[in-house]
Amino acid sequence: MKGYLRADGRKGIRNIILVTYLVECAHHVARAIVTDSSDNVQLIGFPGCYPNEYSLNIMEGLCTHPNVAGVLIVSLGCEGFNREQLANTIQASARAVDTLVIQKSGGTRKTIAAGLSSVNELLISAEKAELVPMDISELVVGTICGGSDGTSGIGANPAVGHCFDQLVEDDAICIFEETGELIGCEQIMAERAITPELGEEIMKSVEKAEQYYTKMGYGSFAPGNAEGGLTTQEEKSMGAYAKSGSSKIHGLIKPGDIPNQGGLYLMDVVPDGEPMFGFPNIVDNAEIVEMIASGCHLTLFTTGRGSVVGSAISPVIKVCANPETYDNLSDDMDINAGKIIKGEATVAQVGDEIYQLVKQVAQGQQTKSEELGHQEFVLTYKKFEAIGPSCLPTAR
Amino acid sequence: MINKHFVLLHKADNTFVCCKQLLAGSSTTLEDVDVTMTVDITVGHKIARQAITEGEKVIKYGVSIGSATKDIAFGEHIHMHNMKSDYIASHTRQSRTGE
Repeated sequence: MKGYLRADGRKGIRNIILVTYLVECAHHVARAIVTDSSDNVQLIGFPGCYPNEYSLNIMEGLCTHPNVAGVLIVSLGCEGFNREQLANTIQASARAVDTLVIQKSGGTRKTIAAGLSSVNELLISAEKAELVPMDISELVVGTICGGSDGTSGIGANPAVGHCFDQLVEDDAICIFEETGELIGCEQIMAERAITPELGEEIMKSVEKAEQYYTKMGYGSFAPGNAEGGLTTQEEKSMGAYAKSGSSKIHGLIKPGDIPNQGGLYLMDVVPDGEPMFGFPNIVDNAEIVEMIASGCHLTLFTTGRGSVVGSAISPVIKVCANPETYDNLSDDMDINAGKIIKGEATVAQVGDEIYQLVKQVAQGQQTKSEELGHQEFVLTYKKFEAIGPSCLPTAR
Repeated sequence: MINKHFVLLHKADNTFVCCKQLLAGSSTTLEDVDVTMTVDITVGHKIARQAITEGEKVIKYGVSIGSATKDIAFGEHIHMHNMKSDYIASHTRQSRTGE
């Protein structure tokens, strides 16, 4: 296995250029630049005009992600986003970065033209990235579920759990999440923490999620979940929880925190303090983006009803639990975990299949969503406090 | 898997999960007892492994996934019409509540 070496020592499994707009007003210009560039140039951005520490932090994590070689920032000019700090952070990571401010660049047409020549230079500098040997222990892998149904918790999620156990065994970093989708699992999850103090933090994070979602008036439970046979949040949670496998839980991180050693980590995605910006994660891709900001090279996405999304920056491997959905959407699915519920394969066999695919995708093989051009991206407002001292591992 | 239509996920469960669709009116044998489906049971949905009384916990994966809101008969479909979360209410799309 080989990876693109970055100045901080981390290695990427892709070598892409990002174009990021810092407010919706700059979206069209940024999109036009990406549309007329090569496939290796991807679009991300933030819609709001108000400044927000979380979105700046996540954007910094994304723009200095090991899969990213260089960044073009597209600003309107008067928005609240701190473009200077973002550019400085990218520059400090020894990546190529360029900023275009539409109000200073002569408007739409001239900024698009300047952007295209800037991206061409960024692509040339990306070719200089050194490809070096990369060990599986250097991989960061996340998992989420979307469009869950009654088959997710039986097939795809335990199979991902099996793959996670192998990756943790390899000393890779594995991240699972959505404390709101773990409501009901807090006790058994806390018992897996490497320290009692971490167990308490995990309990608190799920209690926070329950309070938050109660205030929102909805759990993390969509109509399709019910149509697929899931009845309650805790039933969905138990299925989702199976993605974490059976390793000890080594730490609790918040979006953008990058774990410092191998092991299994829970990401607390629910904002701190009084609910103020709405639902914690409005949609699956918001969760994928947070995983990537925390360093994930790729994401294992389990689905029963059938999601088709991919992501900007890091490949998404889709694992389909429901055999009927797989037959219907096989062009979008990387792994058929529907074999489990049909009795044609075991959880361990499909878990091994996922593990092998993780290694192949890390070596450059395109996932279905990459082939189809899926590069979804969502980033919204949130507010977090820093994690507590007992959240990160001190010993394995 | 207890037959080609249902799977028992944990020995402590009082539910089976459907792994192959079974239409209303068709019969199946669950742990040596014959039962006829009163509604269509599609993949991923649950039926009762035994009679469950109102207020009793519904067990799947060996843990509680909520409480029965009415008495549930052996073999009956278990969903939002006869059980609820002990944590947070579930919601459905109004035009597509299903049950």
